[in-house]
Amino acid sequence: MDNENKPSAAARRQFIADTARMACGVGLLGLGVGLYAGHARALPPAAIRPPGALPEKDFSAACIRCGMCVRDCPFNILHLARPEEPLSTGTPYFVARQLPCEMCEDIPCVKACPTGALDHSLKDINKSKMGLAVLVDHETCLNFLGLRCDICYRVCPVIDKAITLDPQSNARTGKHTLFIPVVHSEHCTGCGKCEKACPTEVASIKVLPLYMAKGQLSSHYRLGWVEKEKAGGSLVAPDAEHRYNMPEGMKYESGKGLSPSAPADAPPGAAPGSSSGLPRAFQGGKL
Amino acid sequence: MSAIAKTALTRPGAEAIAAKGWLAAHKWLLLRRSSQFGILLLFLIGPWFGIWIVKGNLNFSYTLNFLPLTDPYVILQSLLARQMPEKLALTGAAIVLTFYLLVGGRSYCSWVCPVNLLTDLAYWLRVRLGLKGSAHISRPTRYWMLGMTLVVGVATGSIAWEMVNPVSMMHRGLIFGLGLAWAVLLAVFLFDLFVMRHGWCGHLCPVGAFYSLVGRVAVVRIKLPARAACNDCMDCFAVCPEPQVIRPALKAVAGTPALILEANCTNCGRCIDVCSKDVFAFGTRFNTSVLPATGIAQAAPK
Repeated sequence: MDNENKPSAAARRQFIADTARMACGVGLLGLGVGLYAGHARALPPAAIRPPGALPEKDFSAACIRCGMCVRDCPFNILHLARPEEPLSTGTPYFVARQLPCEMCEDIPCVKACPTGALDHSLKDINKSKMGLAVLVDHETCLNFLGLRCDICYRVCPVIDKAITLDPQSNARTGKHTLFIPVVHSEHCTGCGKCEKACPTEVASIKVLPLYMAKGQLSSHYRLGWVEKEKAGGSLVAPDAEHRYNMPEGMKYESGKGLSPSAPADAPPGAAPGSSSGLPRAFQGGKL
Repeated sequence: MSAIAKTALTRPGAEAIAAKGWLAAHKWLLLRRSSQFGILLLFLIGPWFGIWIVKGNLNFSYTLNFLPLTDPYVILQSLLARQMPEKLALTGAAIVLTFYLLVGGRSYCSWVCPVNLLTDLAYWLRVRLGLKGSAHISRPTRYWMLGMTLVVGVATGSIAWEMVNPVSMMHRGLIFGLGLAWAVLLAVFLFDLFVMRHGWCGHLCPVGAFYSLVGRVAVVRIKLPARAACNDCMDCFAVCPEPQVIRPALKAVAGTPALILEANCTNCGRCIDVCSKDVFAFGTRFNTSVLPATGIAQAAPK
């Protein structure tokens, strides 16, 4: 019995030791790969995914790194990430400041994708959300300084929708107008043409990933004016005409302020004490 | 025998060259190199010369805008990361799977994979430089590696292994730009040269492990119709990247048929080349007929 068991026990010990050794070694390697993969999902802000790219978490599971989108991009703006770059090796991206997306109407990069990592349901390039342009630096934007640069506004493929110029008074000169570029997220595709064209040394307007560029209202927020419009009327109580507690004989007009009311029997500027032309306190010469 | 075995270790195949001539003793090696470089060239003439026969890389390629070919291993990882690929990628994976079920899963390793060129070079140098000794880990480690890549894929919900996979890194790098991938490839080369004999392809690579599973029931296999003629020169063991697959079939261990059914045989055919006695030949897994020791000239029935 002992003679039979001893070698098999040794063999069993050896087997367990070998298995543990292998599992630990390979497990360590796997831990490294997993951590590395986790880090790479924090897409660097300058790297923009092609149109129709799934959210980064899904994209890293759906993109098989084949480069078909890179091949079918007629303007050669897409790269496959190299191992030393801080995003998933082999996945496609472009850098807007180098070459922005030209927004082809037939979207060949999406059509080329064999897995759907670039979502095939995207048919209208104007609906794509590669990122969102943000005027990041108000101190260097030439329009903010009072010049008529307007380049980002002019080059925008969705002109007058994605970027509008909002006139504001120039407090510095006191007599000029600032034309402030305003980006509207519902129309901006994130193509990056504005960033590419921005003439300041470092772009003052930049395309950022949506997760970084976009805020979100809390879900319980309701905008009164929107709700009112939806309901076709006030939601709280029937709108009551606002009654001002006015000094006697005065009236209030929006934009004009207080002025003496002008009753038919007493024109404004009538003799003091005669009537209600003045506040009651002044009437009769007594306080 | 020890004298023969010694020459086998330094210059395997010398006997076969003497018996069959240089060309016949390198037939499958030359065909294999043509296949490896040819496939690489097909991918490269697009970006180099603008002749687009094949687009993409080994993970997914589209030939003449007609034939999709997808690496089933990368599709498996995508599925495990809970993403359903579109039909085109799935079709490509089905075609590739069917192909390797026919020709042997690890034929991918020896006839297609670009890393094989690197590790073969490392092994050739290792023999030429007379480098002895090798770190030891067991060959099934690759299945642990395969399991690890799949588990990490599930855990992170991403195709995590593709971030560091030297196989796709090399192929993609050659076509789309290497970047620092050369350092990874150099590491694989040096590992095979100085640290472990047949280290990457023979012990660790999870891609090869995956394809070996595909090859478990593959049709094309190496048969040994003339195993009785073996003169124990050891040349086949010296050149085989997976020498453990030869012995059972060659020595009829436990009644093994004269067929290499072991899934890790890469169907490289180098054993056929270096055998001066023509013991080996390509056949199918259904072909178990053994020629008598004297009947080598007679062709094996199909």
